Formats: sequence, C-alpha cells, structure tokens
Amino acid sequence: MRLFLHELRGELRLYVRSRELAFFTFLLPILFLVILGSAYGDEEIEGHLGADYLVSGMIGYGVASTAFAGLAIVLVIRREEGILKRLRATPLPAFTYIAAVLATTMIAFLVGAVCIVALAVTLFGGHFPKSPVSLAVALVLGGACFAAIGIGVTTFLHRSEGASAAINAVYIPLSFLSGAFFSQGGFPRFLTIAADIFPLKYFIDLVAAISLEGEQIWERPVEVAVIAVWGLAGTAFALRRFRWVPREG
Amino acid sequence: MSRAVVVEGLEKAYGEVRAVRGVSFTIETGEVFGLLGPNGAGKTTTVEILEGYRTRDAGRIEVLGVDPATAGSAWRERIGVVLQSGSLYPQLTVVEILRLFGGYYERPRDVGEVIGIVGLEEKKDQRVHTLSGGQKRRLDLAIALVGDPELVFLDEPTTGFDPEARRRAWDTIRSLRELGKTTLLTTHYLDEAERLCDRVAVLRDGKIAALGRPAELTGALPPTEIRYRLDGQEVVVRTEEPTRVLNELTAEALRSGVELEALEVSRPSLEDVYLSLTQESPR
Repeated sequence: MRLFLHELRGELRLYVRSRELAFFTFLLPILFLVILGSAYGDEEIEGHLGADYLVSGMIGYGVASTAFAGLAIVLVIRREEGILKRLRATPLPAFTYIAAVLATTMIAFLVGAVCIVALAVTLFGGHFPKSPVSLAVALVLGGACFAAIGIGVTTFLHRSEGASAAINAVYIPLSFLSGAFFSQGGFPRFLTIAADIFPLKYFIDLVAAISLEGEQIWERPVEVAVIAVWGLAGTAFALRRFRWVPREG
Repeated sequence: MSRAVVVEGLEKAYGEVRAVRGVSFTIETGEVFGLLGPNGAGKTTTVEILEGYRTRDAGRIEVLGVDPATAGSAWRERIGVVLQSGSLYPQLTVVEILRLFGGYYERPRDVGEVIGIVGLEEKKDQRVHTLSGGQKRRLDLAIALVGDPELVFLDEPTTGFDPEARRRAWDTIRSLRELGKTTLLTTHYLDEAERLCDRVAVLRDGKIAALGRPAELTGALPPTEIRYRLDGQEVVVRTEEPTRVLNELTAEALRSGVELEALEVSRPSLEDVYLSLTQESPR
C-alpha cells in the first residue's frame, strides 16, 4: 500500500507535468464543452436543453480521450523509451505499477467529468444530473472499460513516434460516429453500424439515460453488458499480450 | 558468499541464431568485471539473462545466490541496472526522479549523496529534458545506485560520450568499487575495459574467446608487433624476436626495392588482443 501511494503520487505529478498529454486528453473535452455550449447550450436538442445534452457526449468524448487514448499513448511511449523495462528491474511489483497508472487515469477522467458537469451548470444553465449515484457507477465502469481497452491496444503499436497519431485516428472519428458531438440522427446507416460495434455509443447512451432521463444504471442492462464485455476483452487481451520491453531493433 | 555471479554453460538461441553458446564465468564480490565483444557477440543477451529480462535455454545461473529467472522483489532490492538505451521521465527534476525510484526500495541511499556520486549537484533541480546526453547517462547511473544495490549492471555506459564525459564516467565507475559494489560492465571500448575492469571476458560469436585480467590477456600474445603496408594491404607480424624478424624483413625489402609503407614496431595493447580474438575466422 505504501508503494501504491508512492507510485500514485509520482504518476499524478507526471500527468500534471506532461502538458501536451494533459491538454489533448484532459482539457480538450472541457474546451469542446465550452465551445459547443456557447453555440448550442441554450437551444433545444432532442427535447433537452443543449447544455444538458452536450454533457453526456463530452463525458463520452472524455472517456475515450482520457482513459483510452491518454493511457495508451503514455504506455506505448514508456515502453518504447525503455522506462517500463527499467521499472521491471526495480522492486516495484508490476501489479502495483499498473494499479497506480490506472488510478491516475481514473482520477483524471473523473475530475474531467466533474468539470464538464460543473461548467455546463454554471456557464450554460444546465441541470445537475438526475441520478448522481448511478452516474458515478457508470463513469467508473466506463473509465475502467476504456482504460482496459487502452492497455490492450498498446500491443498493436510498436513505435512511440506516431503512437498518438494512430490512437487519435481511432478515437476521434469513433467519437463523432458514436454521437459525442452531434446527435447520430442525421448519420447514414453504414456509419452508425460502425458505432454499434464499439462501446462508446453505449456509454454515451447510458450516461444520457442516467443524467437526462433520471434512469438508474440497472435499467440499462444492454449498455452495461456491452461496455463490460469490451472491458473484459481488453483486460484478457492485455494480460496475454502486454509487453514491458521495447520491440527488438 | 564471495561469488556475486556464477554462470555455467549458458545457452540462448533466437530461432536459428545461437546468440549465446555455452558461456561460463564467475564474478567475485567487489570485482569490476567486463564483458567485451563486437556487436552481436552476445553481450547484451548474456547481461539481460542475468538481469532477469530474458529466459535462457540451458545453463546454471546464480546472481547474488538466486536464479534471476525466478527472482522476486527481494532480489531486485539488491541489484541496480543501467540499460544500454532508454530515456527517463523528461518532465521530472533530477531530485524528483531519484526520490520516485528511491521510494521503490526498502533502504534507499540518500538522494543528495547519490547526486554527489555521479556529479550532478548543479543540475539537481533541473528538469530531465534540459540535461545533456552525458548528464542523462549519469542520472541513469544514479537511478541504478539509489536503491543501494550490491551488484550493478552497466550495459555500455559510455557509448556516445565525448572524451571528457567518458573520463568523468570512468571516475564514477571507479567510485563504485570504493563503495564495495560488484559491477558487471559491457563495453566495446578496449581502453575502457583496460582502465576499469579487474577481469575481462571477451565474447565472440556467443562464446568466451578469452578470460582474465587485462594484463594477462595482453601477455598471451607475442610481445612485439611489426606492422607495415604492402600493396595497400596491412600486414601484421607478431614475434618473440623482433630484431631478427625486422632485420630479415627490411633486408628482403631492400633487395627487391620495395618500400615498406607505414612501418611500425609496437607492443600489443588489449585492443590487439581483442582484434586478434574477434577478427580471426569471422562467421
């Protein structure tokens, strides 16, 4: 436990100090909320105040960028630069290290989500989410699922250069397709099929149902199941294939 | 327990390539031991097996009395590792990164003391990304020392250094001996091995081609070398009787009117031993 807290402190400091990463994975969803909120915050979208509607989309974009993309990029860079290899030579257990990295990711994502809700309420007259406890559970579930997929995806990336470009090419289009920025209503069918495969759309729908409609998380078993299955698949893949050392030159 | 490292009949293949073919050596506690050899000779493979990064195909290994393949955190408390390449968290300061790594150990060394050993006092509050290449390597070494290890692995610690930085690094490595550390060093610089190591093993094609104190290795060759160029080809003659050989050589050259270009008479250095071991019968 001492080691976990020590590493967690170190990881939080590293996260805060890595400006580029913090901007793209943490601040960007908040920035988009402010920009989109200024444009559509007081309009009505699908029967809800624009600011309220944007919250679930931006939390969805946030989980993809903070938990999935940010974590995957950091781990690929650390692996290819030999930092993970070096850590394996210290007495810090692998489990403790991964736990601290995951906790850091989760904290960043949750702080980001709280900021999004707070800004929507204070700047654009949004409403406080209707079922806060269910929302918190959904956020933890989503954060864990996307972090697991992020760790799993590191096994497909072999160089630190270009890692963030490759990751961005996956999650930014997926965020659009999954309705993070705009309603999926106007999208052609073949685009929404792609979104149906991945868990992001289900996470956004789940958050929207909880925060807009006041549903509880257990009233949405399909969404929860899809997210959980993706999370478990990511975990299983990460356990089998995760590498600590760079690819041989 | 006086032997820090025991390696017996170590074998490792990558597919068809037999990278390490029956390597055996021991390192005494407190010794600075050098593994020398050209790229691809099996140095890094051997060291990474000893560090616990790679598995072996055959052989018996003890590092601080433990098999690295099954060693745990308690064993990692006692070793320090400097990898051949790799970078560190660029956004932390020297002190912060040493505190972070020091925190992984039960009984870390004082961070200020470690900074003093590697000579980074003036940079201690600077972020890592502002350090020069040589300073980063010294920080690498400081991280390997912060856990106060008994055994330190240094994989090519001065590759890419300018001469001044190398001399500073050598002083630091010498100070490891004064601290009572056992050190395993790989290098392809002969002068480095000659100056720093108590004993040296020369690896070639995954086998030990020579093993001993640098002075013993140079003593294994005939004491004098005569070099010259003939038709653009370098010729090296090693002999116990330089006077007679030189006389015959120059007499023959005079008679046939040939100039022996770049004629040189010298005593062999470790470099010559190394070249004679690593260049004959190439793969």
